Amino acid sequence: MKTKLSVVICIAAMALSLCAAAFAGDLDAFKSEKGEIKIAGGTAHIPVMKEAAARIMGLNPHIQISIAGGGSGVGIKQVGEGLVDIGNSGRKAKDEEVSKYGLKMFKWAIDGVGIVVNPANSVRSLTQEQLMAVFAGKISNWKELGGEDRGINLYTRDESSGTRAVFWKKALSKGDIASSANFVVSNGAMKGAISQDPYGIGYVSVGHIDESVAPVAFNGVAPSLENVKDGKYTISRGLYSNTKGEPAGLVKKFIDYLFTDEGQELVARKGFVPVK
Amino acid sequence: MIRINEKTIEKFFFLSAFFSALVTCSIFAFLFVLGLPLFSGGRFFSIITQPWAPHLGHFGIYPMIAGTLAVSLLTMVVAFPLSLGCAILISVVDRGKMSWLLRKTVEMMTGVPTVIYGFVGIFLLVPLVREIFEAGSGMCVLSAVLMLTLLVSPTMILFFCDSFERVPRSYGDAVLAVGGTEIQKFLYVTLPHSWTGIVIGFTLSLGRALGDTLVALMIAGNAVQVPGSLFDSARTLTSHIALVFAADYNSMEFKAIFACGIFLYLFTTILVCAVRLVGGRRKMAG
Repeated sequence: MKTKLSVVICIAAMALSLCAAAFAGDLDAFKSEKGEIKIAGGTAHIPVMKEAAARIMGLNPHIQISIAGGGSGVGIKQVGEGLVDIGNSGRKAKDEEVSKYGLKMFKWAIDGVGIVVNPANSVRSLTQEQLMAVFAGKISNWKELGGEDRGINLYTRDESSGTRAVFWKKALSKGDIASSANFVVSNGAMKGAISQDPYGIGYVSVGHIDESVAPVAFNGVAPSLENVKDGKYTISRGLYSNTKGEPAGLVKKFIDYLFTDEGQELVARKGFVPVK
Repeated sequence: MIRINEKTIEKFFFLSAFFSALVTCSIFAFLFVLGLPLFSGGRFFSIITQPWAPHLGHFGIYPMIAGTLAVSLLTMVVAFPLSLGCAILISVVDRGKMSWLLRKTVEMMTGVPTVIYGFVGIFLLVPLVREIFEAGSGMCVLSAVLMLTLLVSPTMILFFCDSFERVPRSYGDAVLAVGGTEIQKFLYVTLPHSWTGIVIGFTLSLGRALGDTLVALMIAGNAVQVPGSLFDSARTLTSHIALVFAADYNSMEFKAIFACGIFLYLFTTILVCAVRLVGGRRKMAG
């Protein structure tokens, strides 16, 4: 399995520091519970999953929650095969996946996919036409976009990535991605690659954008939370948590928690648009 | 009594060897059976010749085959002379403190996990390659080759050292006694006598260069293209398997990675046999 990106996280220490936040009422449901939840899949979901897990485990040390990455494809496959309890995906599960595995989808946030460049790069806005030309390899020098006279290094994700699926469909209109594009394996790795490469361009979940990378406006609209929320920024998708069949017990409580006021507030704080 | 024991032990070792061989063969059989849908219906050649573009229905893996060969063979081109030189320095030229220090360092290097080399590659080597050569992102064949060299060399160096040191001292002394120089001693006595060790060390390292996943995955860039230069991003078969593994089990993408497995297996077998053949011939001549 893609262990290298499986950020399986044991958070006991981290959880301690968050205890203070864990007294609120929405977590009460977990007080008498005991057991384990295994989560894998979409890498955009990880910040929210980690924080929720830290809060729950901080309140009740009898609950173990492990979180792994792998991408949307892995999330759907592993939950379907019964390897994990919750499989996250940054795209709707396909009809055949739903019928084959009996998946239940829970959409708890809306997320934008933002185009990012290195902060040292002066290019901060692209039209869809320019973006498509860049990713198809027709524009290959930053000079043509008003930047430095250096080649453009493309970064993309593998085919099982939900982030890629949305970006490809909504930003590139299913256009070509040049074969010279570099592939990275997660949203985190994309951010790492772009923050390292002054001449790179890539795309990440809006929740992952921080000061290490610079967001690029798409058709004049910046990939900000507000723009995703009111629909101005069009490269967006739902973030889903999937279970095999109706969730029960601890897993149901975990998913319910994501939809409580507190859970949705957490979603917003991590840079996503709450669904409620 | 001793005889019976010997027989038992012999049998035990035979069984161990038999099972390792069986496992190797059954892995190949497993790959072949699972990859069978690809071979039937004339799709096999399209797998080799097509580009990789799943959304267009092309599942060719030849860019990855080219990537694997380029990365692993170039690694050996760099690593072999380097390791040979290093081993000569450690066990032939210098036999003092420096040699001891070098040897300990190399021994320590064999234990460094690949992922560490990957990280070092991303944060130190990749920016360096990008800025020095100003070609591409720095995630390229060259970076992967340099990092893999670091990964495979220690094993090779230790193998070479050991085989140099196993040559009986008296042989070398004899050369010196008849008026030969140190260089003649090395070229005509030490090197031919350690030939087997050199071949084995080379084969092991080649296998490792072919099969290593993480270093190439992290720093070769993984672009699906036949690398045209050292500074092009490339994807190896192993990285390809790691990247595509997440695809749906029933999809064609997933089936195509069995072809990758088969090719990897074939390459390893062919290259190892070739090295053995060449090595064996040299031994007879020498």
